[in-house]
Amino acid sequence: MSLQTTTWQTVGPYFRIGLHWLFNDDVAGPNATGERVEIEGRVLDADGQGVADAMLEFWQANAAGHYAHPEDAQQKPVEEGFKGFGRVPTAEDGTFHLRTVKPGRVPGPDGKLQAPHIVVSVFMRGLLRRLITRIYFPEEPGNSEDYALNLVEPSRRPTLIARKSPKREGSLEWNVILQGTDETVFFDC
Amino acid sequence: MTDLIGYRRPYPGTQPAHLHPPYVSSIKRAPSKPLVYLRHTLSEITGPVFDSSIVDVKACDLTRQHRGEPLGERIIVSGRVLDENGRPVPHTLVEVWQANAAGRYLHRVDQHNAPLDPNFTGCGHTLTDENGRYRFVTIRPGEYPWRNHYNAWRPAHIHFSLFGPAFATRLITQMFFPGDPLLPYDPIFNCTADEKARNRLISQFDWETTIPEQALGYRFDIVLSGRLATPWER
Repeated sequence: MSLQTTTWQTVGPYFRIGLHWLFNDDVAGPNATGERVEIEGRVLDADGQGVADAMLEFWQANAAGHYAHPEDAQQKPVEEGFKGFGRVPTAEDGTFHLRTVKPGRVPGPDGKLQAPHIVVSVFMRGLLRRLITRIYFPEEPGNSEDYALNLVEPSRRPTLIARKSPKREGSLEWNVILQGTDETVFFDC
Repeated sequence: MTDLIGYRRPYPGTQPAHLHPPYVSSIKRAPSKPLVYLRHTLSEITGPVFDSSIVDVKACDLTRQHRGEPLGERIIVSGRVLDENGRPVPHTLVEVWQANAAGRYLHRVDQHNAPLDPNFTGCGHTLTDENGRYRFVTIRPGEYPWRNHYNAWRPAHIHFSLFGPAFATRLITQMFFPGDPLLPYDPIFNCTADEKARNRLISQFDWETTIPEQALGYRFDIVLSGRLATPWER
């Protein structure tokens, strides 16, 4: 007989007091090699209002496509100090920001490579458990054959792919839209 | 490359739905479209690893973070972190946060008319030991009102955040206290359909960890998703 996973509960409105000590928008760290990227965006609710009390966590491989984790058995280099983890709160207007390197491709199911991506957990008051989504990169040839993207109906795939920012050169924009026609794709995983 | 062994999915009814209308904030924040089922890949079976270099050893005692003693009833909250296969989850990060004894959080958004305590911040963290055990010394948090519905009060609770070995094992939950009369009225506690599952969020009074003339002990064991025995569940 197995045990059952403990039930989730919301982070509530006051998570900052307990979780701020690990806030970190520098996902890759100073020693990481590869293409530097900045990603900014907003978390928006059903009314299109920015969510001021959300928190996002990011997890990604380095530019070589290696996770800083003992179960990644690939023979690929990991830079000293590379973690691949970030945790950021949203600001009053629902905006957030992260700096990192574009991750490399990592293995997926059926022996195929996944397109470069960052996995994301979304937490906030009103969410009884986290939402899970992914950030993919624009103009990336691997996107068309990516396992997770191909599970999603084509009309909704753009919600997972960051866009080049119209505001800032070299910066990407990616939003979390909780409800509505442009609702972000969230995964059961 | 052979397919990886993923983590178990929850038993039906043992986790909250995203939309739970009695919890009013969920109405405009829960996704309206179904989630897309994803097999676990290397991205989900890995996850951030935290070691003792980031941990403040004093952060597990919430009563010793200031010059004086916080007001309220001192308690010991301890337990084990296990996976669904009954194995301890060692060296994993546990973060906690809570209201003070008067039911007030040290957070600018909390405007409840109850006093802050200059000797209590209400946050802590620790790593589980090699047997998955953790232990915090803290103050029993107070109940507090919120605006979800008329005369709404949250039962006393401590927020817990855990990582486990993988992105897939992340858990954020709340620990409650036995006999709290507010539990039947709390839409957050009651968001989970399975009664046994939600009752496991209630800690147990524990003589073993109670310290004579010092502090009552409460035990709260936490179960994280466990590895499947065979690759892929469907």
